[in-house]
Amino acid sequence: MIGCHGVSVSLGNHRVLGDIDFRVERGQWVCVVGPNGAGKSTLLRYIAGIVPGQGALQLSGRAASELSRRRRAQWVALVPQTPVIPDGLRVVDYVLLGRAPHIRPMAVEGPGDLRAVHEALNQLDLLEMADRVVTSLSGGERQRVLLARALAQEAPILLLDEPTTALDVGHQQQVLELIEKLRKERDLTVVTTMHDLTLAGQYADRLVLLDGGRIVVDGPAAHVLTETNVARYYGARVRIIYDRGRPAVLPLREEPGMPRHRPAATATGE
Amino acid sequence: MTVTDSAWPDGPPVTALRPARLRPALLVASGLAVLLAAVAGLVVGPVLISPAAALGDLLGLHTSLSQTEVAIIEQIRLPRVVLGLLVGGTLALSGASYQGVFRNPLADPYLLGAAAGAGLAVTLVIAGGLDGGSTMGGAPLAAFLGALGAVGLTYALGVSGGGRPSTAALILAGVAVGSFLTAVQTYIQQRNQDTIRQVYSWILGRLSTAGWHDVLLLAPYAAVSWIVLLTQRRVLDVLAVGDDEAATLGINVRRTRLVIIVAASLGTAAAVSVSGLIGFVGIIVPHAVRLLAGRSHRVVLPLSLLFGGAFMCAADLLARTIAAPDEIPIGVVTAFFGAPFFVLVLRHSRQNAT
Repeated sequence: MIGCHGVSVSLGNHRVLGDIDFRVERGQWVCVVGPNGAGKSTLLRYIAGIVPGQGALQLSGRAASELSRRRRAQWVALVPQTPVIPDGLRVVDYVLLGRAPHIRPMAVEGPGDLRAVHEALNQLDLLEMADRVVTSLSGGERQRVLLARALAQEAPILLLDEPTTALDVGHQQQVLELIEKLRKERDLTVVTTMHDLTLAGQYADRLVLLDGGRIVVDGPAAHVLTETNVARYYGARVRIIYDRGRPAVLPLREEPGMPRHRPAATATGE
Repeated sequence: MTVTDSAWPDGPPVTALRPARLRPALLVASGLAVLLAAVAGLVVGPVLISPAAALGDLLGLHTSLSQTEVAIIEQIRLPRVVLGLLVGGTLALSGASYQGVFRNPLADPYLLGAAAGAGLAVTLVIAGGLDGGSTMGGAPLAAFLGALGAVGLTYALGVSGGGRPSTAALILAGVAVGSFLTAVQTYIQQRNQDTIRQVYSWILGRLSTAGWHDVLLLAPYAAVSWIVLLTQRRVLDVLAVGDDEAATLGINVRRTRLVIIVAASLGTAAAVSVSGLIGFVGIIVPHAVRLLAGRSHRVVLPLSLLFGGAFMCAADLLARTIAAPDEIPIGVVTAFFGAPFFVLVLRHSRQNAT
């Protein structure tokens, strides 16, 4: 569904991503993890077409460079980490923005677009909030509204940049369960970035660990989330414990007298 | 991925959704405002004419009006009313579009230097004696070209800064171009003291009494500007989420922004060329509309067009009656009566919100 071959992205003179090669199959949930500044958000923004880069990107077997903006937006929906939410905009109007790629440039929405909005609101249990102002909603409700806009876009590829960062643990689980449900119901291909390694390991089929703009480990959660990897790339002391076959990452307090395990190579990686 | 209708055999109850749309009641209200202002503009003046007779005359009915009264309506007041509707509507619509495309509530039609460019060009024409005597013959064309030239210069500067062009770069380029052109204009004006009064009166703005000539001059540009801007009303709502997100929603941000800037500037330049620099309308009317009817451009653009025209007509009526037989510059009237009116709207909407 998504294929990156030798992708590199530079912002200004700074190379943020280099030699990225990875594929995501249809219906997969891949979680991109890595320390701050590793290039996680940039990777999503590159796939969504916001930042240009070198190399080849394929979306559903077609070269992304051959797709028009509108066509690409019909294939890929992005929920950014800090979305711009205009003042006074109501939920229904915000979700309707997701229909933009399907409406001809000078036209306005038709019944099919309203049906898609209704479907998205219904699926995320937002119908009763349709007339509320988005900025007045709580963090969890707002995250559902963002998801609804992406759903209304009806793109088979869903990119989510830190969908859980601003939420408490209950709402984090709620949002991730929703994403899982939507992925199954709509056969979506999902790529998320995530800071919480335990949640990443619980939900994603596959983890891709980025460090310094390169993919350093790629595989199932148990393969990526090891005490050595977390120490090496995050400079963190953790214990990995397993629950029903899935790893959970438990951060440990530094004990007095013990040297902090952190190689010099990654200390400057941020 | 595809929406199935199976969950609702009769189709889903989408009527429950109420997306932002122009409600018929608001459209009727703004139409009435236009009609009211236009009729008042036709009947009030040194010669009072009954509204019924004036409307009857316009509809081609046989009325009891004298030939002089018919001439006053058809050759003097009607063109002025139509000009007011065109100028006010164009400035308010351009202002609303600028505010949307720059995501900046302080944007007005003169943001990118149109006023300074027109002012300099007109000063050059008048000071240079190129205006063909007393009738300001060359001024409209000069104002039109000056305004467009300044906006073009601003745009070229704004997008040449390297990196991705941003709205902030354009606004700053507008400030630089505006200041520079104004400085040149002030210098030329000071060197030609004998024409200061003429330049000053042009800058304050007025609706001319030149019959249908100015209306015909403005109408084609206004029509193009209105049509283009109104077709962009939905896309302007998408731009409100920022350049990046709008791009992920399939909008070609740069092209859209350029189209809107060109259309709004064309309308503004044409309006300025026949009426001078009338301030305030382009900024206050869209904001009043937003406070009354919501922020969606699908509502704000058409209502700004209509209320802008009505507001300008009413302002012109005041400008020519308050100190009759003298006329007050219309720019003074729009600000003097517009500002308190706006404060009223602001207070009213705050009370509603709480």
